[in-house]
Amino acid sequence: MLGLNKLRMVLGAATFFLILAAIYMVFLYAPVPSNVTDMPEVQKILYFHVSAAWIGFLAFFVVFVCSILYLKTRSRKWDLVAASSAEVGVVYTSIVLLTGPVWGKAAWNVWWTWDPRLTTTLVLWFIYVAYIIIRNSAEEDEKRARFAAVFGIIGFIDVPIVFMAIRWWRTIHPLIFESNSVGLTPKMLTTLFVSLGAFTLLYIYYMVLRLDISKARLQLAEIKERLRSDY
Amino acid sequence: MITIIEAKQLTKRVGAKQILHGIDLSLQSGRFLTIFGPNGAGKTTLLKILSLLTSPTSGSLMIAGQEVADNAADLRKQIGVISHHSYLYGNLTARENLLFYGRMYQVPDLEQRIEEVLSEVGLGMFFNDPVRIFSRGMLQRLSIARAILHNPRILFLDEPYTGLDLQAIEILNSVLAGLKDQQRTVVMITHTFDVGLALSDEVLIINKGRVAFHGARSEVGSLEEFQDLYREKVGGRN
Amino acid sequence: MSHFWSSVRAIVWKDLKAEFRTKEMLSSMLIFAFLVIVIFSFAFDPGAQSVKQILPGVIWVGFLFSGILGLNRSFLSEQINDAISGLMLAPVDRAAIYFGKVFGNLIQTTLVEAIALPVFIILFDFNYAGSWLWLILVILASTFGFVAVGTFLAALASNTRSSEVLLPIILFPVIVPVVIGAVELTKALFAGADISTVMIWLQVICVYDVVFTVVPFLLFDYLLEA
Repeated sequence: MLGLNKLRMVLGAATFFLILAAIYMVFLYAPVPSNVTDMPEVQKILYFHVSAAWIGFLAFFVVFVCSILYLKTRSRKWDLVAASSAEVGVVYTSIVLLTGPVWGKAAWNVWWTWDPRLTTTLVLWFIYVAYIIIRNSAEEDEKRARFAAVFGIIGFIDVPIVFMAIRWWRTIHPLIFESNSVGLTPKMLTTLFVSLGAFTLLYIYYMVLRLDISKARLQLAEIKERLRSDY
Repeated sequence: MITIIEAKQLTKRVGAKQILHGIDLSLQSGRFLTIFGPNGAGKTTLLKILSLLTSPTSGSLMIAGQEVADNAADLRKQIGVISHHSYLYGNLTARENLLFYGRMYQVPDLEQRIEEVLSEVGLGMFFNDPVRIFSRGMLQRLSIARAILHNPRILFLDEPYTGLDLQAIEILNSVLAGLKDQQRTVVMITHTFDVGLALSDEVLIINKGRVAFHGARSEVGSLEEFQDLYREKVGGRN
Repeated sequence: MSHFWSSVRAIVWKDLKAEFRTKEMLSSMLIFAFLVIVIFSFAFDPGAQSVKQILPGVIWVGFLFSGILGLNRSFLSEQINDAISGLMLAPVDRAAIYFGKVFGNLIQTTLVEAIALPVFIILFDFNYAGSWLWLILVILASTFGFVAVGTFLAALASNTRSSEVLLPIILFPVIVPVVIGAVELTKALFAGADISTVMIWLQVICVYDVVFTVVPFLLFDYLLEA
């Protein structure tokens, strides 16, 4: 128990410092791109926007893998990890969907561009929400885990097909400009990687915290059950 | 007489709950086994495993000498189940319900067989009525017809007397007696002690997911003696 | 193997027989499709030049919304009287239940679409000059994908509370590729364009159909566990 707490403290501290480093690099280290003339500082949102997007998709990949593992082993821990990853992942995906329009409006005066990656992220967000609602609608623990796992697999397999479809769809209906033509200099690339690392650590840290809460809830439920059957 | 059901150390775990804790059961063909036990003891779960509706978490099961794990789909042809639900479709007629199940079980000479079972359960006149207008007793009788349509070697019944009127009870009793005469194997869960005991060759008491008692009818004595035995095995509270 | 498909046929027969006795579901789906058409007519000016642009989308929205009505109910008949256990006790692979339901739903949905489509075209005063064969193929292929994954998710949803609200939420994100493909293909056919320019969408839909028949087929047993 003590060892676990120490690990969590170390993880928490590391995450905190890496995030600080990322913020420093984003605001003070990374240069502003030269080809953007209107409010160039807004471009810096990219570091968080892109990092959050990567983690949003990674988190769903984790849901996918844990879903398969749960169905194969029926071990509850895979279900808990999947659930935690979905909760953290949907928050990250929401961040992507919030920062996208902010950047779009500030930089190009358009709220939403139906950009293939952003639109796929929107569909991913709906799949996450569907996954979470399934978990809330199932009436028994075992059903909840099983149904969520099945949907996790279906949802994940759908995402690449959605992306391809939207990409072709957008080539037929191009908008007046393309939004993602930002060239990245080495300094910017480094900043991006640091942000990515910071977000990844944050994801892991949140997962650990969330899993602890789940375990505590389970213990509580078991105690209640024992009291109930004794009575 | 062969061992038609051979179950070794069956366990069933659903999520965090352990429902069955290692059940051993050996049943010879042609025997009538009645299962008793308090609510929540795991009787229905055991029946679901033995009737191949669900698989155990661990343990082995052989039906008619064959491993269930390899042959489940085929072995189901030899099994019939009567539950307190009828497994019937309200918008179809009695005859159509039986046509459907007959096709699913690949029953030969289906039309003729349907007439046979319908008259056996006393529903010959109602074959063209949609099932949703049937009374509970009639539903149960049709359910019996459905279960014996494919001439199963083993018949499983889960509390079949629930909510039946007198006429339906009589028909059920006569069907069960007929099955005994035909040397079919029957496994029945019931709460009605007198009928359950009277029909049985063997008695099984399940409590808290374990076998509390398994013996021949002759070992058990009269109805009162059995009720004492039951109370002793299951504990004061029921 | 032969018993597998004869069981599938038996299940389709059972569902269609039961449905045609009352025609409750079919008539509800039809009325709903018509309602969608009429509401869209009020929402978008049916006489305007832009009709050709939006009509394919309107048609598919109508098909999908009325289709989901049918999907919602497809497992209801198995829940009353616990008939699903009766099916699971039968000596056949459980995937036969999945395919039986898919084909049953497919037949009912395409029947509604076949009746609703002319009504759409008439109400929006549209002259279809393109190939009917291609149009039918597009509608069939797209509806199959929708029904294949929709039946699977309907089985999932029917086992939860608030199942009718749940199904649209979990189904619509998953069918995005089919919606895009179906609308693009229909649009091209309505505009009289050469089908080869939009062949890619037919390929997308076919890939989708295969993937979302195979994956549910593999996962269906997990939904049915007693």
